[in-house]
Amino acid sequence: MTNKKSKFPTWLSYLINGLFLIFLLLGGMQAINTGLVSNYYARVIILCGINIILALSLNLATGFLGQLPLGHAGFMALGAYSSAIFMRFVCNVKMMPPALMFPIGIFLGGVFAAFIGFLIGIPALRLKGDYLAIITLGFGEIIRVVLLNIDDVLGFKFTYGAASLKNIPKTTNFFNTFLLVAVTYYVIHTYIKSRHGRATLAIRDNEIAAESCGINTTFYKTLGFTMSAFFAGIAGALYAGYIGVLNPSAFGFMKSIEILVTVVLGGMGSMAGSIISATVLTSVPEMLRAFSQYRMIVYSLLLVIVMIFKPTGLMGNYEFSLSKILSKKGGRKNG
Amino acid sequence: MSVFTTVVSQLINGLQTGSVYALIALGYSMVYGIILLLNFAHGDIIMVGAYTAWLFMVNFSQHPIIAVIAAVIACTALGVLIEKVAYTPLRQAPRLSLLITAIGISFLLENLAQLIFGAGAKSMPKIANVPSVSVGSVTISGTAVVTLIVSIISMVLLNVLIKKSKMGKAMRAVSEDTGAAQLMGININKTISFTFAVGSALAGIGSVLYSAAYPQASPTMGSMLGLKAFVAAVLGGIGSVPGAVIGGFCIGIAEAAASALGLSIWKDAVVFLILIIVLIVKPTGLLGRNLQEKV
Amino acid sequence: MADPKLVPVPSRGMVPERDVLERPVLETLHLGVDFGGLVAVDEFNMVIGKTEIAGLIGPNGAGKTTVFNLLTKVYQPTRGTILLGDKDTSGMNTSQVCKAGMARTFQNIRLFSEMTVLENVLVGHHNSIAYHTPSAIFRLPSFWKGEKKAREYSLELLSIFNMEDTAEAKAGSLPYGAQRRLEIVRALATNPSILLLDEPAAGMNPTETAELMENIVKIRDTFGIAILLIEHDMKLVMGICEGIAVLNYGKIIAKGTPDEIKNNPLVIEAYLGKKEEEGEEVNA
Repeated sequence: MTNKKSKFPTWLSYLINGLFLIFLLLGGMQAINTGLVSNYYARVIILCGINIILALSLNLATGFLGQLPLGHAGFMALGAYSSAIFMRFVCNVKMMPPALMFPIGIFLGGVFAAFIGFLIGIPALRLKGDYLAIITLGFGEIIRVVLLNIDDVLGFKFTYGAASLKNIPKTTNFFNTFLLVAVTYYVIHTYIKSRHGRATLAIRDNEIAAESCGINTTFYKTLGFTMSAFFAGIAGALYAGYIGVLNPSAFGFMKSIEILVTVVLGGMGSMAGSIISATVLTSVPEMLRAFSQYRMIVYSLLLVIVMIFKPTGLMGNYEFSLSKILSKKGGRKNG
Repeated sequence: MSVFTTVVSQLINGLQTGSVYALIALGYSMVYGIILLLNFAHGDIIMVGAYTAWLFMVNFSQHPIIAVIAAVIACTALGVLIEKVAYTPLRQAPRLSLLITAIGISFLLENLAQLIFGAGAKSMPKIANVPSVSVGSVTISGTAVVTLIVSIISMVLLNVLIKKSKMGKAMRAVSEDTGAAQLMGININKTISFTFAVGSALAGIGSVLYSAAYPQASPTMGSMLGLKAFVAAVLGGIGSVPGAVIGGFCIGIAEAAASALGLSIWKDAVVFLILIIVLIVKPTGLLGRNLQEKV
Repeated sequence: MADPKLVPVPSRGMVPERDVLERPVLETLHLGVDFGGLVAVDEFNMVIGKTEIAGLIGPNGAGKTTVFNLLTKVYQPTRGTILLGDKDTSGMNTSQVCKAGMARTFQNIRLFSEMTVLENVLVGHHNSIAYHTPSAIFRLPSFWKGEKKAREYSLELLSIFNMEDTAEAKAGSLPYGAQRRLEIVRALATNPSILLLDEPAAGMNPTETAELMENIVKIRDTFGIAILLIEHDMKLVMGICEGIAVLNYGKIIAKGTPDEIKNNPLVIEAYLGKKEEEGEEVNA
């Protein structure tokens, strides 16, 4: 992680990035509202956004914390179901319009996933490497099975298990997805580029040395892991509002692997890589609907090949900075 | 049916699935012991074995025995192939990359199978007609008897191989200390390939036994089976050969117990709960080794 | 009977005269650890004065790094007490001991090799930087102030060791000697009251060793802290250490000034073995 200074003062960097985002947001909304971008493509874009948030959240755990959680889909599921159940309740009670209550639903999804993530972190983060991978896999599967069968224990219909949770209000749109992608990126970015981020990366680099520098490794691992779960939950909530129907089978080990593939291909530790990777891996299969049966084969082949030839992922550790690019261009002009 | 017969028949069930888990868990443990890799693709080798047997029996109309032999050979060959193509290049890479590659191979196998054979399950013809055995009031199915006998024979043979043969000694040496083993003149690549071959062969035997009890082949059959066998390996202590056997039987019996108590929909969760408890209480498993980082 | 309040009782150890009025920075009482059936360290009693440069020597395998690991709680002691200043470190873990004022370097360099030189030092300085997570996320003024102060401090620290030019280089790309120096700078950034150096001169040639000796004394003089070092290089130990403890098979066999240690027959025997015959020359 290098800190090459761009030629612009910090406030100007923030301004450039902010304006760029607003431009994208307004432009995108306009394009969709005027029908420039068809409804079909709008939905693909929204799905890209959801997968970007998922990738960024897992990247926090794999790339920055240096761990390999294999149960990430579990957190997505928790966020999806808690938000969905809340939103269905809102619809049934008919007091407020669902669109207005959706932010609460999203937040609920994130918080619940974060809470469970925190609990899981207590035993899981004491383990390292392979063992951490295995235990998170176990937890992910347990979450899936619980969501599948909990109605039997409760005695009433809660998650509807294998029968699917239906009639979830489809309140996810370009605006709230874009906003949440931006928020996710911003929070993770500012966290990493602070002393807490340095501590997190130090733990990844050499945990024993980090401890000897006075860093409370348990605290930072737990915080990172919980944040990762929080954003996965948010993505899950958005997903519920996007697709309208939920089934536990969508959140199994396979889904965790799909998210992992996205992060690995983009480069563990590169947020830009995660964004590009998630966008490509979401949109390309959609465009190539006809070849969907080959999609997973290409996925897995790609994964193996990239691992063999570039173990750090396509983008490696490279971090993207608009102002860096602009200042480079400016430099060349003057130089 | 009396409580006794229920308990005993569930126990037999548990031992039957347990021995299949044990055979597969052995592969996991041996590979982990030698190159510290959790070979996620191992479970899918079983799936390949099952489809090979199906192919030979249905498409090529061969005698079941030929199909069984073909399945075991296919599994062994596939295991060695994967090792050579995907794992050897990453010998020096970070362990995370190796793990991810194994996951990728697993995915690849499952999706190739789905492409070639379709997502639905293929019905397997009966491999052999073994009559059931009656002990008192309990009826033990023929397949259960065969499974137990074949498994035990395989494990005994494996034990002899590891303890008495030269290759077995090499395997143990490389597991203990790869560097030192190399300095003693042991060919690391051959030893690792051999380990994969043996592990995959056992998985092949396991796949045949499993298909005899559950005569269906589907692309994802290896995934859950592999995961559970994997839990068994962790329970017994990953890297430990006797541990894998004990772990396998424990998981099999635990699943049977869950079914007996009427909790069969929670079977999977029970297995993973066992995994989590083991990892919290004693991560190295019942018989595992303690690997301490030197400060 | 009133509840007895436990106060640390200073032992009768030896400290440099200039430190005699100050509380010793580090004191161990009956410190020991067992691994299974093996007694690795036993009855380790040591007192280090506030600005003392102390040495811990002994043959290979004597348990010196084990003592460091005990002091920094990488291993929890089986018995005994460690007093860091006026604090009893029982029950503390490694990061808490560091916050209490004990920093260390490692026998096999443990840098954050993927991070830059400056970032390594900034990580060491972590606990002295004042802002919290919300400040970081909302980029409040306390974040900017804290980062600026931390950077300035770290660069200053690096310049004391003539390393400020390499601030943006990747730590793993530095030459060996520079990496060792960086590890020391990072340890200093934690604001310790005692610095533990594990074989700081390992792999260095005589010129580098002489420079290291100067640097260690400079650290003590500039920062007013104590230093405890493990070393095999006798020239270094005899050159700058004021008090030396000799460890063999986990027990202290001799303690004293360099002159006392040099001529101690037990020490000579530990390193070179028993004298075979009368009149045989023993080269120390």
